[in-house]
Amino acid sequence: MSSLLDIRNVSKRFTMGGLFGRKVVDAVVDANFSLSAEKPEIFTIIGESGSGKTTLARMILGLEDPTEGEILFRGQKVDRHGRAKRLDFMANVQPVFQNPFEAFNPLKKIERYLESTARRFLHTTDKAVIDKAMDEALQKVGLSLKEVRGRFPHEMSGGQLQRCAIARALIPNPPLLIADEPVSMVDASLRMSIVNLLKSLRDDLGVSVIYITHDLATAYYISNRLIIMQRGRIVEMGDARTVLDNPEHPYSRLLKASVLSTDDAGAGKLATDPAMVSLATDMVGKPGRLVDRADGRSVRVYEGA
Amino acid sequence: MTDNILTVEGLKAYYQMNYFGVEREVRAVDDITMNVRKGEVYGIAGESSSGKTSFIKVLAAAIRPPLRIMSGSVKYDFKTGPIDVARASPAEIEAVRWRHLSYIMQGSMSVLNPVRRIGKTFHDFASRPLGLSGKAFEERVLGHLARLKLPPEVLRAYPHELSGGMRQRVTIGLATVCHPEFVIADEPTTALDVVVQKEVLNLIRDIQKEMNSSVVFVTHDMSVHANVADRVGIIYAGRLVEEGPTRQMFFTPRHPYTAHLVASLPRIGDTRQRPALEGRPPNLADPPQGCRFHPRCPLAVDKCRKEVPPLETVAPDHRSACWRWQDVEPLVNAAAPAGEMA
Repeated sequence: MSSLLDIRNVSKRFTMGGLFGRKVVDAVVDANFSLSAEKPEIFTIIGESGSGKTTLARMILGLEDPTEGEILFRGQKVDRHGRAKRLDFMANVQPVFQNPFEAFNPLKKIERYLESTARRFLHTTDKAVIDKAMDEALQKVGLSLKEVRGRFPHEMSGGQLQRCAIARALIPNPPLLIADEPVSMVDASLRMSIVNLLKSLRDDLGVSVIYITHDLATAYYISNRLIIMQRGRIVEMGDARTVLDNPEHPYSRLLKASVLSTDDAGAGKLATDPAMVSLATDMVGKPGRLVDRADGRSVRVYEGA
Repeated sequence: MTDNILTVEGLKAYYQMNYFGVEREVRAVDDITMNVRKGEVYGIAGESSSGKTSFIKVLAAAIRPPLRIMSGSVKYDFKTGPIDVARASPAEIEAVRWRHLSYIMQGSMSVLNPVRRIGKTFHDFASRPLGLSGKAFEERVLGHLARLKLPPEVLRAYPHELSGGMRQRVTIGLATVCHPEFVIADEPTTALDVVVQKEVLNLIRDIQKEMNSSVVFVTHDMSVHANVADRVGIIYAGRLVEEGPTRQMFFTPRHPYTAHLVASLPRIGDTRQRPALEGRPPNLADPPQGCRFHPRCPLAVDKCRKEVPPLETVAPDHRSACWRWQDVEPLVNAAAPAGEMA
């Protein structure tokens, strides 16, 4: 079985401050997982802000070098250096960012961004070829070049714009998309159209997606496997349904308990059990390791616990 | 409980612009009539560009041109006496602002002055409306911070030194330090994580109960409304389309738009395909004829394309603006719990 992406013992450490008062932040500690090339899947990374999920994504995209460990894409090390190699890599791994209104230049037409991506990755200046590539990518997300052409970002809704951003990422036909909170800035009513789109990319086009989110409900809805991160450490990993139906790590349980439910709408139940919070936060930073369980998941257990 | 603190009647507020001789009118708030009772949390839901922000700007008496009130009234019944903020003079509004009518703003990072310590911001903000200074003022603020479970050291900190959740609690603190009777909360939890979000919502709810104030809570996330609001009003394209007690809105919605909003929420433990609403909210400078939801509505008939449905009482305390409200079925999400209720 060949692998698409391998994350091997990856850690990232940031140092802040200068000579005096130097501070070290471990953004990601010892992350390990891999995606298979044969079976496209939606792999979800869940965590709160500061859990290192975005840092991990930036390392996969090659925007940040890992301090330790290595990231392999199709057996090749992800490298920030060397222009030709970098372009080749970028054609295979494409990002979708959080806020579509910031991803597009408000003063330029939407097609400009799509066009420059097409020109760069298809290595052509032929207008007809570029137009065809743009139209194909837009068709995949349920739009068409005819609808988009000549329009500025402010003329579209957040959901449509996020679709355009995804279409742009699809132009080089990448096998892997990195979507960093693609729905958190989109209205709740349009959220499902983006989530359904990611699902159909996997099922119909065979694109693997690394979906980064703090929304457990959409993660449950679309993902195959997931990891839950707390302060840079993976605390639980496994099949999405198995983990979320019955989370084992105290932090995963806290996350699940914090999801706002509509089952008892109007009852005003909001209190979180403080014992749960302290249980989840007490373990942070203690030495521990991931242990495999019989149902296929791995959970971090702590020494002496 | 039955007397209203806020009564809005036939409120119309339009953006009027005149660029290069071309007049444009955007009907952001179009004929809204509603009320908020004393001691209740009223949730307002709607998509971006539905006019909900314009509506709460009017409620907060923060109207700036080009937004203008065309007609209608916004009457508050404060302890100090009634006031119609649609007509009140700036001095009259100044007298009620923060002490009676307060506002928790969206985006805690941009609300707080980045180069001023939190304590100074509290002083700038609240010492005049409270009429306190020096030791007495500090004691009052510290007492309030303790209630928000914030340590006193927060007063010495700069905004960037606090986490997102703490900053949001500070802005809630600023808005509630004067014990206002009426608080408007504009998407106070949108940028927060699930765990922190729940904490902040819980805090808003606690503070509201403790001070027995009324809160208008604005967010597009229906799952937040399910847990915070007593009543929910749905705004679509500048109009109030449905309003009712939270439980009824979720389990027996009487407007197709509400039914859709509720059904599109994903849930843990349920992987059935969720429908997504196609199309986009209408352009308010040129809204469609008749019911403004008809281009996206699965139930639309000819009548919907021609005549505007009035907001009618469909059940006690429950109003809907739909010609076919009897035919609205709760969609997939609400099906099971609705059965339980009966």
